[in-house]
Amino acid sequence: MLISNILTQRVRQDVLEMIFNAKASHIGSAFSIADIVSVLYADVMKYDKNNYKREDRDVFILSKGHAGSAVYAVLYELGILTKDEINSYCKNGSNLSGHVSSKGVEGVEFSTGSLGHGISVACGMAFARKRDAKKGNVYVLVGDGECNEGSVWEAAMFANQHGLDNLCVIVDCNKMQAMGNSKDIIDLPEISKIWSAFGWNTVEINGHDCEQIYKALTMPHKGKPLCVIANTIKGKGVSFMEGNILWHYRNPDGEAYNKAKKELTD
Amino acid sequence: MRNAFIEKLYNAAKSDKNIMLVTGDLGFGVLDKFARELPQQFVNAGISEQNMMGMAAGMAKEGKKVFIYSIANFPTMRCLEQIRNDCAYNDLNVKIISVGAGFSYGYLGMSHHITEDIAVMSALPGVDVYSPADKAEAEKSFDAMLNKQGVAYVRLGKGKENDIHPEGTEFDISKPCLIKDGDKELVLTTGAIIEEAISAREKLGGDLKVYSVCRLKPIDKEAILDILKGYKRVFTLEEHSVIGGLGSIVGNIIAEEGLPVKVVKLGLKDIYSSKVGDQKYLRKLYGMDSDALVTEVLKK
Ligand SMILES: Cc1ncc(C[n+]2csc(CCOP(=O)(O)OP(=O)(O)O)c2C)c(N)n1
Repeated sequence: MLISNILTQRVRQDVLEMIFNAKASHIGSAFSIADIVSVLYADVMKYDKNNYKREDRDVFILSKGHAGSAVYAVLYELGILTKDEINSYCKNGSNLSGHVSSKGVEGVEFSTGSLGHGISVACGMAFARKRDAKKGNVYVLVGDGECNEGSVWEAAMFANQHGLDNLCVIVDCNKMQAMGNSKDIIDLPEISKIWSAFGWNTVEINGHDCEQIYKALTMPHKGKPLCVIANTIKGKGVSFMEGNILWHYRNPDGEAYNKAKKELTD
Repeated sequence: MRNAFIEKLYNAAKSDKNIMLVTGDLGFGVLDKFARELPQQFVNAGISEQNMMGMAAGMAKEGKKVFIYSIANFPTMRCLEQIRNDCAYNDLNVKIISVGAGFSYGYLGMSHHITEDIAVMSALPGVDVYSPADKAEAEKSFDAMLNKQGVAYVRLGKGKENDIHPEGTEFDISKPCLIKDGDKELVLTTGAIIEEAISAREKLGGDLKVYSVCRLKPIDKEAILDILKGYKRVFTLEEHSVIGGLGSIVGNIIAEEGLPVKVVKLGLKDIYSSKVGDQKYLRKLYGMDSDALVTEVLKK
């Protein structure tokens, strides 16, 4: 039994609370990745909770930083962040910015917010570790909209060139971005074929099924970087948010909050 | 000011089909009318600022007047070389709009704080830089940008700025504009942070003359020199780094002319804003609110 199985619902509840209280945005983007981030931190990654900076730790970078609330929530559920910390999310004086921040936040590896950066940083970490024959894998999560950025593919080429088999990219494939459906903006059909063509070991899974996520993230991929195409739903977990672009921006006000809370509690 | 600017753009585009609006997958709810009613003049380039800016150069080369819409540092720093080599060097008609001046997006974090854009954009030859304080200045910035051949940049607040120019008053956007008169001291500001200067003036019992400097490049040197006449010191206030912004611009003029005027710069003090919060909170935290200004003014 995976720990993440009992975590994901609570993570979504926490995300709802944080975003509601801070009158913040990007709830749909956070729900989209709640399962993936839970599996990563709870079941896949090796790290020492009491010594988070250990050199041989596995690391995770959230490249689509706007969904940072999901990461903070997972870290809270695992006892790495405190209740006070996540309650301060996006509030005056807090370190927990809307876009994920590592400054003063235990457990977060790297600050992001401008799309298309995290994957290059992850690539650099994986490369340095390989050069020094160091242990520990590097995981990085990008959005499918984020894959519009050329830098994503620049990193993809480099990782392939250098056989970075300590690097795993997860693409949160919810087929939406900021202004609407990706097919109407920059369409990337058959995105897994593209990653394969770039030389990556690629698997496609349901990004809301913890077992499938776990299996994909732990599969061997010697000599090649791994790309997990996670098919997801933006807003997953709350019926009226699912697949609705409004929840990229909108803050759940009183009524929406109550409805969402009810759905996440039942 | 954001909506007023886009409304002006929409109206101009209706009668000039060469005006193109290109967004980097942003502007939900803001660009809807434009996109719906002028679909031939609108395109979402996706989340790909470098490509977007290079394409803007290409479209401009084909005779388009391209307006780029995005937020934060995405349409400036992310594609700076495309702006420099492709757009500005070739004097192409590309106008860059970024929403989120200073700490407008305070809670989103440092990636979304715009605090070095004036410095960076001003360094590029041929690029005009506008930093409006309110709706009226935003509208005038639009007119000036549209009428200029070449590249111009405007940083906009995201909404709800106080109007500092009473409805219907005339002013010249290319010059610093007197907003509040006062006897003893002088402050030059740029952008919506002027409200902090106005409230500092109230706290000081009116003894502070407040100017709004919207167009930062090219700067009207003569106008600045006129304003400085008779002053031994001048305060500058901006929601931007103290390096390369309004304070530096004024300081350079003073140094070039060898004037005996001291410049006291209020702005972000060469650090990154790693804390989050609302705009007012961050201005206070980083020493650029009305109280910080009052404290400086009261120092002898
Ligand atoms: C370089 C850059 N450009 C634009 C943005 C604004 N932005 C934030 S989220 C977003 C859409 C992201 O889509 P996707 O990666 O698919 O994530 P989703 O929210 O759909 O899960 C955009 C355009 C940004 N953060 N960074």
